[in-house]
Amino acid sequence: MPKDSHRHPRPGFVLEVDRSTPPILFHHGEGFRLEKLPAGRSRVIYPGEPLDGLANPDAAIRDALENPLGDSEPLSALLRPDMKLTIAFDDISLPLPPMRRPDIRQRVIEAVLDAAAAAGLDDVHLIAALALHRRMTEDELRHAVGDRVYDAFAPSGNLYNLDAEDPDQMVVVGETDQGEVVQINRRAAESDLVVYVNLNLVAMDGGWKSTATGLSGYPALRHHHNPATMLRSRSFMDRPRSELHHSNWRQGRVLRDAGIRIFQIETTVNNNTFGYDGPLAMLQKREWEWTGRDRALFMAMQAGLGRMSKRARRQVFAQWRAPYELTSVQAGEVEAVHEQTTENVMRQQLVPVEGQTDVLTMGLPYICPYNVNSIMNPVLVACLGLGYFFNLYRGRPLVREGGVLIMSHPTPWDFHPVHHPSYIDFFEQVLAETTDPVEMSQKYEQQFAEDEWYRHLYRTSYAYHGVHPFYMWYWCAHALDHLGAVIVVGGDARAVRRMGFRPATTFQDALEMASDVVGSRPSVTHFHNPPLLMAEVRCASRRGPCAVALARSPAPSAARPSGSGPRRSCAGPSSRCARPASPQPSSRRRRPVARAPTSTPTGPGGRRAGWRARRSSRR
Amino acid sequence: MRPAVAALARPERTGLDRLDDLEGPAIFVANHHSHIDTPLLVTSIPTPWRRELVVGAAADYFFATRVTSAVSALAIGAIPIERSKVGRRSADLAAELIGDGWSFMVFPEGGRSPDGWGQPFRGGAAYLAIRQQVPVVPVHLAGTGRILRKGRTTPTPSRTTVTFGSPLRPRQGESSRRFGGRLEQAVAELSDEASTDWWQARRRAHAGRTPSLYGPDASSWRRQWSLGDRRPGARRARRRWPAV
Repeated sequence: MPKDSHRHPRPGFVLEVDRSTPPILFHHGEGFRLEKLPAGRSRVIYPGEPLDGLANPDAAIRDALENPLGDSEPLSALLRPDMKLTIAFDDISLPLPPMRRPDIRQRVIEAVLDAAAAAGLDDVHLIAALALHRRMTEDELRHAVGDRVYDAFAPSGNLYNLDAEDPDQMVVVGETDQGEVVQINRRAAESDLVVYVNLNLVAMDGGWKSTATGLSGYPALRHHHNPATMLRSRSFMDRPRSELHHSNWRQGRVLRDAGIRIFQIETTVNNNTFGYDGPLAMLQKREWEWTGRDRALFMAMQAGLGRMSKRARRQVFAQWRAPYELTSVQAGEVEAVHEQTTENVMRQQLVPVEGQTDVLTMGLPYICPYNVNSIMNPVLVACLGLGYFFNLYRGRPLVREGGVLIMSHPTPWDFHPVHHPSYIDFFEQVLAETTDPVEMSQKYEQQFAEDEWYRHLYRTSYAYHGVHPFYMWYWCAHALDHLGAVIVVGGDARAVRRMGFRPATTFQDALEMASDVVGSRPSVTHFHNPPLLMAEVRCASRRGPCAVALARSPAPSAARPSGSGPRRSCAGPSSRCARPASPQPSSRRRRPVARAPTSTPTGPGGRRAGWRARRSSRR
Repeated sequence: MRPAVAALARPERTGLDRLDDLEGPAIFVANHHSHIDTPLLVTSIPTPWRRELVVGAAADYFFATRVTSAVSALAIGAIPIERSKVGRRSADLAAELIGDGWSFMVFPEGGRSPDGWGQPFRGGAAYLAIRQQVPVVPVHLAGTGRILRKGRTTPTPSRTTVTFGSPLRPRQGESSRRFGGRLEQAVAELSDEASTDWWQARRRAHAGRTPSLYGPDASSWRRQWSLGDRRPGARRARRRWPAV
């Protein structure tokens, strides 16, 4: 769609599939599938069209710095010539895909540095807030902060990646009232001012999570990156109901009480992931609006990709730079800034959806936060589908408890040996024995986290930390607990089975397999993502998120046995909270009577065919 | 033109990201040391503006005869700009083209540097920007003085740097003299950025200590001496061993 015609972006919506609905696009790793969804009982959730970007991003950034939110003073008033200033910024995992130059971080950092130069500051450090992610390469740093900033600070050693395993670089600041250790980079702790430059792609990003997670290491992260926290985060994209964020907020307040002054800058981007008129423009259009050119391009792309090697396909997709546009920028006190940022993220991404579904389908793209310029290994496939996409909801999960998730991805048994060395051992050793996040955390996590070889690779090479694959699996904990079965279409069967999921060759096979779990003629919902969307799941008969479900589970008890996740079914009749399995029949065709999905186990898999059942069957 | 420029000037282009938010016609102004400046800048300006670009060239030099006029107009899209006599014709022509959506490129110093240092900017570019309400992109060219400086006829290949600055817009009620001063200051800051780094340049700019484009107010030999590596005949010493 040409940019000029994009003045009134349409919000996201839910399409009821009928016989005239064209095949629906599924991302499938470095490729795509077009699948026909069952008419009459399927729906597709489409993201909103890209909001208009700010006309003058640099002016908006300067304005935000001088008009901060909360009880913060303007940035220029906080800067003194003799002070220590540390600027921390988000790493390579944001945004996805990486955006075209100039990156928003570059714009913001240049504005901050310009203010620092005006104040006559000498002592300035810039830190890529990696936590336990891999170090960024020079090219990646240059892309994030720009050549000007890189050339000015990197040669003198004042721009660097965080090393969370360097005892001299990290310091423990204290503990929260719940015994959570709070650790942060020493330079940040000793600075007179820390400016954190954030890029909020989804609602999970930002807030105290930036500093409390991004600038800390394993001793602090293990308090919230664990199965119990993930099971109590419903979802971790919804901060008020995310135990992950509650823990980060507690840690952040310890940082604040310790006298570490933080000036938070958060930015949001629109949904312009694939461009309005480039070669991938059709990916952010609705299928029935594809022009002849779009169809021809898509067919040519499919044909071309089909003839390429895996490596070539990866290289082609890795070169894509998203033309994201800045939609808002907020600066000032952390919590006040984050509240407004989250609203702006929701403004772009939130789509109201009536009721849950029996079967949720999603096509997984080629990229997730941990495989930028790398390989999407099976663990990351699971993390993207069950961790990120499954949790992109507010209120209740899109799929009912005991329902089925169908993901489409090639799921290759393939690992990047430099970036993901511990993933290889995790996949071969840990997942071969158990897929239970609780069990693996107790039995293996510490061993991987303290492995000297992994530490060495994390510190000196470009490897993710040894414990990182565990965290990826923990992020699936809520979905694994909630779902009756996970089916992967078009994946490597061995790799899929290793993770306890079911492989299916075609989408129709997957639907047949799903009906074994949720009954025949299940309702199907396709999550048309990316561009990103977040579902606000409401009771079918009410407006707004399910009030009963929200009231019943504000903060599930930490004492609840892990794996028996909180039941969050609405207390009302199931027909009120869950979308009918089959919509009312049209007047022209006979349809079976609408069936309300129940929470009763059905089929051989049963409703609670979570990881525990799979683990025992494998044994 | 591009291969010839690439062979002669080997340009490194920086700061193009600063034009990301620029839309519509603009005026590009740069310092001027050499005849290679025009083709270098024409080939460095990004495509949206390069496609519709006219170059302001000295009427008394490039348009002195019919042959030179034709060559200048056809080869680089030049239009005549009077620099030795006062008249409205040049300004009206340039303003009309800008109004039609063409971008305009000019060297406000009015001619090539005689000694490697800059000369005061004339007010034409600032006047046009105010009259047509278009942004001005300051550009700094470094190293071109070594290629084809004033008084030489044979080019000598050398490395060059083209640094684009952030577009400047005339403020409400700003005079062309004052705006011209801001343009000159912007080019001086880019010169500082090219010779040190962005952070040092910003700090000096805010402290009002940006080195002047004109060089020291001293005798000619001291001005030459102060040029250092920028001296027309100077070559950077090649490091034969890695720094330890």
